Amino acid sequence: MKEYDVIIIGGGITGAGTARDCAMRGLKTLLVERHDFTAGATGRNHGLLHSGARYAVTDQESAEECIRENMILRKIARHCVEETDGLFITLPEDDLAFQSTFIDSCQRAGIRAEAIDPAEAIMLEPSVNRSLTGAVRVPDGAVDPFRLTIANIYDAQLHGAEVLTYHEVTSILKEGDTVVGVEVCDAHTKEKKQIRSRLVINAGGIWGHHIASLAGANVNMFPAKGALLIFGHRVNNMVINRCRKPADADILVPGDTICLIGTTSSRLPYDQIDDMKVTPEEVDVLLREGAKLAPELAQTRILRAYAGVRPLVAADNDPSGRSISRGIVCLDHETRDGIPGFITITGGKLMTYRLMAEWATDLACKKLGLDKKCQTADICLPGSEDETSSDKSSGKRERRSGLGAKAARGRHGSRSVNINVADKRDESLVCECEGVSVAEVNYAIETLNAKNIINLRRRTRLGMGTCQGELCACRASGLLAKANGCARKSVEDLASFMNERWKGMFPVAWGDTLAEAQFTSWIYEGVCGLDAFEKKEE
Amino acid sequence: MSKNKIDTSFEQCMKCTICTVYCPVVAVNPAYPGPKQAGPDGERYRLKNPLFYDEALDLCLNCKRCEVACPSNVKIGDLIQNARLDYGTHKPKLRDYILANTDMMGTLATGMAPVVNFTLGLKPVKMVMDKVLAVDHHRTFPKYAGQKFETWFKRYALKKQEQFSRKVSYFHGCYANYNNPKLAKDLVKIMNAIGYGVNLLEKEKCCGVALISNGFKEQALKQAELNLSSIRKAVGRGEPVLTTSSTCTFTMRDEYEHILGLENNDVRDSIALATKFIYEAVDSGQVRLAFRKDYSKRIAYHTPCHMEKLGWAIYSTSLLRLIPGVDFLMLDSQCCGIAGTYGFKKEHYRDSQKIGEGLFQQIRDSRVDMVATDCETCKWQIEMSAGVQVENPISIIADALDVEETIKLNR
Repeated sequence: MKEYDVIIIGGGITGAGTARDCAMRGLKTLLVERHDFTAGATGRNHGLLHSGARYAVTDQESAEECIRENMILRKIARHCVEETDGLFITLPEDDLAFQSTFIDSCQRAGIRAEAIDPAEAIMLEPSVNRSLTGAVRVPDGAVDPFRLTIANIYDAQLHGAEVLTYHEVTSILKEGDTVVGVEVCDAHTKEKKQIRSRLVINAGGIWGHHIASLAGANVNMFPAKGALLIFGHRVNNMVINRCRKPADADILVPGDTICLIGTTSSRLPYDQIDDMKVTPEEVDVLLREGAKLAPELAQTRILRAYAGVRPLVAADNDPSGRSISRGIVCLDHETRDGIPGFITITGGKLMTYRLMAEWATDLACKKLGLDKKCQTADICLPGSEDETSSDKSSGKRERRSGLGAKAARGRHGSRSVNINVADKRDESLVCECEGVSVAEVNYAIETLNAKNIINLRRRTRLGMGTCQGELCACRASGLLAKANGCARKSVEDLASFMNERWKGMFPVAWGDTLAEAQFTSWIYEGVCGLDAFEKKEE
Repeated sequence: MSKNKIDTSFEQCMKCTICTVYCPVVAVNPAYPGPKQAGPDGERYRLKNPLFYDEALDLCLNCKRCEVACPSNVKIGDLIQNARLDYGTHKPKLRDYILANTDMMGTLATGMAPVVNFTLGLKPVKMVMDKVLAVDHHRTFPKYAGQKFETWFKRYALKKQEQFSRKVSYFHGCYANYNNPKLAKDLVKIMNAIGYGVNLLEKEKCCGVALISNGFKEQALKQAELNLSSIRKAVGRGEPVLTTSSTCTFTMRDEYEHILGLENNDVRDSIALATKFIYEAVDSGQVRLAFRKDYSKRIAYHTPCHMEKLGWAIYSTSLLRLIPGVDFLMLDSQCCGIAGTYGFKKEHYRDSQKIGEGLFQQIRDSRVDMVATDCETCKWQIEMSAGVQVENPISIIADALDVEETIKLNR
């Protein structure tokens, strides 16, 4: 039986980053994920490239970590990052005195923070609330968590790592107290198999609580739900924050073609983490507070609402969970619980994923007796390499100029030259809102492990635009049917994708969003007969 | 400037794509991404980064048929025009300057009309213009008149207008002034016959449609402001401002606000095509028309794109149908392909002719004596491509009118 050095559980950004780091240090690596990459909290947050300013007043350590990683990501993940800068605005109802505390704290953490004139803030960001009384400019930005995760996975694979999506860990294999591998269940075939490894790293985010318990360890996690709204287009081009103690719905982030407001924060029972719904109250708060940052939001079409779960970890000496850290938690279960071969990496945030991966991999290397330095802060992710050198090496140059080609260049960076356009048909668009071509879909299927439409969405933005899958889902379904050689499965996949889109539209289903949803149902149920197919299947 | 007021009507787009079905360019040129993508879809990307502007938007005719088709009231054509003006990187060429500056060319040419008309019609000259200026050699510039309408009016008609107590103002536009003064004279003849005096505007410049489509926004803005100020004075005197060109009308009513960002709501309803004004007057019984008994013609009406956008073809056609001797035929509403200066450009000539081919064929098959239309550039295109005489409905009414009898009826 094949044996790995390390098995990483969890296909979020932490697992992806750890897989990359392990593979780059020469470990024989396998990553297992029960659904798809980014299916948990990684794909359900702001996509904010924190400067650390938000934490500066309350948590210097997090702030310092953020600004360091911020600068690293600008370099190694250029194609995932938008260097927009951010504003922390003071509104008439806020205390302007907080501004100097804020700037001091930022500067102590090494974050460039300068107070600017409100008039200058309006000039820099015309959508900002014009009644602001103060503004601080900080190096915030936007980061695409899907793109970042997929690039980490792709690089891990280029370094020899293997990945298994749609494989859920059903038990942790042990010999005595020592962890020696995992048992996984294939979500499609329901077949179970055992995979052995010298180490298992638990990077399951909030689900890490359950994974740890499979190994006989207790990691106290406290799910905190955060809801967000996505708007139909970019209202702002700079991140807008409130200059006050962090509260609900006080960050507005531009991301690709959209912008999003968030978040709320509420405790959630652990048994509800797989079935979260955004409530009308949360939508109200987000809209009301969002419009204070940029009044135009009140008239802007909302595409969808969604919620993620922050994996907050109780400090080890406080089982009650009152003292919660937002910092990185790396647990060596050998020393902590007497379970050799098992590591948990959790806590932290999207911004610090690389550092989390470094800590976990450092520990793994120590246990395996390997002396290799971490290089993830210096070597660029695939897509963010120096364009000129990769052009020379591949001898290819992107010459097309249509929306599909330009958008793909943004999404895949320098790797977009590998998107193979053989003829006019390859150039035609599958997703018109987000400019995803036939060629890009095929690239995602062949190179980026996309197996269904939701996978395609996370790798290309297909179906993320204004129409929420109305025009593209059936086209993508056709291409997948061709690639997978199975039409029946594609139709089921199509139905589940459309239902997933509707789930996000439902909490904000009024006005144009409701009309769009109705039109979509005419197309899929009325014209294509998708519901009739489902009924027949039953 | 326009960026301060972002048109967010694109958010209402349901992606139904009916606009693309109605786009005349998409049908003939696959390089054009179509109004849905060039308009609402593209706008989201341009808001993210102006580098997403697609130069293929130059292929848009600005016919606005996409807007007419849209069930969600998205200003698709405006989005595309504004994107071209705000993000386009092609600098206008000398050719575009010449095509766009209709007033300057008209003023220069009318003084030497016989020479200019002769020269512009010469084959070697056309070949030179084709090679040097990229004005397609198939095209002939409309002939210039020896005397401007304005000159004629001041000399021969101005005084007569004093006898009328009811007055209208007339925005004649470039074509009636420099190329076809007969059209303008025909309007004066009809208006006088039904008991209205005609005033010219205090000052009038080209409406600016060609400046807008060729990228000269600043100059268009200046001319628009001058026209609006003259129009306000006329409206202040209680005079509606009549026109004889659907494109000028549409430009002053819609493009001034949507593209140039000028406030025109106070006078917008007072700017109307003469056919609308006259038909409404007839329909409400205020005015009566008498026609010559010996007038007999088979006439087809072509709906210019901007007439379709105005929704006013019904007035011109209803008026034509009042003429007892007219055997009327309504042509299918489709773009003739010229779109003002668009079809004159060498790079668009082929598309221009392909777009219009269905219309030309329908005209050839219909065996009519004459085609009526409210747009001068449609007239040039149809005359050149279908070989039929084309007249403005006002000229047809004027020819068919029994002037003496009409004067009596309206006394």
